[in-house]
Amino acid sequence: MPKILRPMDVYKYLPGTNCGKCGEANCMAFATKLIERQVSIEQCPEIFEAKYKDKLEAMREVLRAPVKDVTIGVGDRAVTVGGKVCVYRHELTWYHPTAIAIDVHDEMPEDELVKRVEQVENFVFERIGMQLKLDMVALRCVSGSPEKFAKAADIIGKKSKLPMILCTFNPDVMEEALIAVGDKRPLIYAANERNWKEYAKLASKYQCPLTVSAPGDLSMLKSLCRSLRKYGLDDLVLDPGTYLVGEGFNETINMFTMLRMTAIEKEDKDLGYPLIAVPAAIWLSPKAKEDEASTKMQESYMACALMSRYADILVLHSFDIWVLLPILTWRQNLYTDPRVPLSVKPTIYEVKEPTEKSPLYVTCNSALTYFLIRNDVEAAGGGWIVCVDTGGISLQSSVAGKRFTADMVAETLKETGALEKVKHKSVIIPGYAARISGELEDMLKDWKVFVGPRDSSAIPSFIEKVWKPEMEGK
Amino acid sequence: MEEAKEEKKKSEGPSAGRGIGVAELLSLLEKSKAVELKDVEIVAEELTFELLPVVLQAAAPAAPPPAAPPEEKPLELERVSFEPLTQTYVGEIAEVQIGATSKEGGTRSRVIKIGGEKSPPFYRWEQPTPWRPVVALDVFGVDILPPLPKTIKQWYMDVMDDRAAWAEKCMREYGADLVTFHLISTDPSLPNSTPAPEAAKFIDKMADKISDPFMIGSAGDPNKDLEVLQEVSKVVAGERVVFASVTLDMDLEASAKALTKSNLDVIALAFLDINQVKELNSKLLDLGVPKNNLITDPSTGGLGYGLEYTFSMMERMRLAGLKGDPSMQVPISCAATNAWAAREAWAKIEEWGPREYRGPIWEAVTGLAGMLAGADLLMMMHPLAAKIVKNAAEILSKNKLKEDWREIPYENWVAMKI
Repeated sequence: MPKILRPMDVYKYLPGTNCGKCGEANCMAFATKLIERQVSIEQCPEIFEAKYKDKLEAMREVLRAPVKDVTIGVGDRAVTVGGKVCVYRHELTWYHPTAIAIDVHDEMPEDELVKRVEQVENFVFERIGMQLKLDMVALRCVSGSPEKFAKAADIIGKKSKLPMILCTFNPDVMEEALIAVGDKRPLIYAANERNWKEYAKLASKYQCPLTVSAPGDLSMLKSLCRSLRKYGLDDLVLDPGTYLVGEGFNETINMFTMLRMTAIEKEDKDLGYPLIAVPAAIWLSPKAKEDEASTKMQESYMACALMSRYADILVLHSFDIWVLLPILTWRQNLYTDPRVPLSVKPTIYEVKEPTEKSPLYVTCNSALTYFLIRNDVEAAGGGWIVCVDTGGISLQSSVAGKRFTADMVAETLKETGALEKVKHKSVIIPGYAARISGELEDMLKDWKVFVGPRDSSAIPSFIEKVWKPEMEGK
Repeated sequence: MEEAKEEKKKSEGPSAGRGIGVAELLSLLEKSKAVELKDVEIVAEELTFELLPVVLQAAAPAAPPPAAPPEEKPLELERVSFEPLTQTYVGEIAEVQIGATSKEGGTRSRVIKIGGEKSPPFYRWEQPTPWRPVVALDVFGVDILPPLPKTIKQWYMDVMDDRAAWAEKCMREYGADLVTFHLISTDPSLPNSTPAPEAAKFIDKMADKISDPFMIGSAGDPNKDLEVLQEVSKVVAGERVVFASVTLDMDLEASAKALTKSNLDVIALAFLDINQVKELNSKLLDLGVPKNNLITDPSTGGLGYGLEYTFSMMERMRLAGLKGDPSMQVPISCAATNAWAAREAWAKIEEWGPREYRGPIWEAVTGLAGMLAGADLLMMMHPLAAKIVKNAAEILSKNKLKEDWREIPYENWVAMKI
């Protein structure tokens, strides 16, 4: 079970001057946001004064999550991963959504490289009022040449603000790239049994986070982490290996789960770091190229499975939207706060300045449903949307679970004043709620109930072809 | 604690695994006479980080400067072994058998077993997975079809008029473990709703035509579903097939009576509410439905439409069962088919890529998430999604692995030419 922090646990280490320099009203408000991981200690300028040194250290210790948070990159696209305080998200919530990286390599022609990096940087998919984005590029050294690798890193650094993962096991090649972009805090990939001493020095010298790789050998992984921690490094990322071919998938899920359980529930400090998964490794399979679509599918659903089992960073190769869409959606789902169902206020909403002649729609108050319908009502020229309080539960489930009954709809229509908003005396209910239409018509007396489409994308054509309300005075 | 113990062990000999062994350090300290050591408990970590600079300073005048620069930090591999946290649980999940052979009072040619877990899903370092999760594909009856997305329909075009052939195709060709005959036409809100005795006749015919275990899906009306259950239970008595489903708003006493009399399995369906799950399961158990005939379904929100809610609820249910709550000690069913309510799965939108891929992935991801959260039975629609989920179930349920995947060195992903 996670250790639950209260604002007081943190407040007592803050300066208590209520200076407001952090942007919060007072130190208590800042403390509340600190425990929710919405702000970082660095936003409090006073705490870094010498006289607060002990308090700062004590506070860092209190706030340190069993899986440490690690920041990669600089500037407004910097990304923080890890910071996990529980294994199961229902125990509290998962902070810091999985960061998604797309791979590029140092033998790509410059224009191709720049194009891909820009595509990754500018990628946006809008879903239920949120902008879903990609977070990083993983630059792989295919050439073996320090110059080529450094040049590619330099190009990415100059052309984009995206954080980078620099991937090579050769310390000379790595250092050449770090000379070029080490000031941008890239994630170094990776220290392993052979090269770790050189990589420890590089991570220390350039002050960059370091991946620790020990594929399929968790004792080696722990040994390396122990040694690197002793050396003084604390911004680590764990790579137990992402085996995806055949039964390797079992081993990978098993390793990720054991690592996260052990880090959090056993408080094993050597393993208390974010996990990196590389679904792109599916392309190592000799059969990968034979059936590209099926390999891409595997990359997609395995990425989702790895996210369910604790991956804090994903490195992907495929860039097709249909590969990314399930991953981005699942990330958005998993990283919502389970304590707060995604809902909107149960009330009446106006879309595009509706009038007394505009259609009146009724639905549930799940945020997902509302935003979808809102889009489609907009496309259909606007109207009124009334949301019934279903506790944020989706429409299909609310209808089945008797949380969207004729009673409730009628009552909400009255309470929200919706019945006075339109003169055509008709209301549109969702297709999935068809079975309540008769009962609702009885309750609303001289009103007409239209059964709308099952999917709201058909609303525009429904309004055009089916919705024929009788206007008053006609 | 464990860490501290290891530290102590390490600090006992000169092979402490650091630049300078602890014993050497101590002798250095003594030689220098600058630091007195009395009643001081030394932990290796402190030595390294806090005493080391002092030592070097103190030793400097007497000895030549050390070969390494002063900022050089220790770089010796400290070998430790990984010990995973291994928990034990007081509860275990009941095993449910689907189907009964002639020896067991039925006529099925084979049976399926699910459940029986003694640890969270696929925690094979704790306990083996007793039975792999199974996949059931949908067959719709009696005489109508629901509006099916084109991407699904195309796989069943040749068998749409023959439900038994449809079922055979699902199992023989698409690899489903079993099928569900959904009696959607019994919905009383339909104009020509199939009467319960008619539905029972249809099930009787199917039970004759296919020899495999199967499930029976009801339409979702509390009164009609009970009627259907009562009629159907007569024709499949002893077959131990699954009735899906019984809900809290049905007459549970009458339902339990029909179920137990004919030895049927049942899916208890609740609606995204863990208290409802608990109440329904407890009531059915109290009414005499054996644990070994009960499967629980908390409702599945598809990917993007509440899947995380289902995911966390299933995790909670499974953990509660393992921790001793009897109402949660039954296998879990997950209707991954609900993924198809999401337009991302079926809509023809060019910018989202071909729906031929998008759809099955959407359903597969939904099923996989359910499985990782504890689902033992996956109800599905698209053959490809079913194949993906069944394959993952087979792989994840392995308790002993062939190590052949190691033949491809993982590190090679960095330099691969693709």
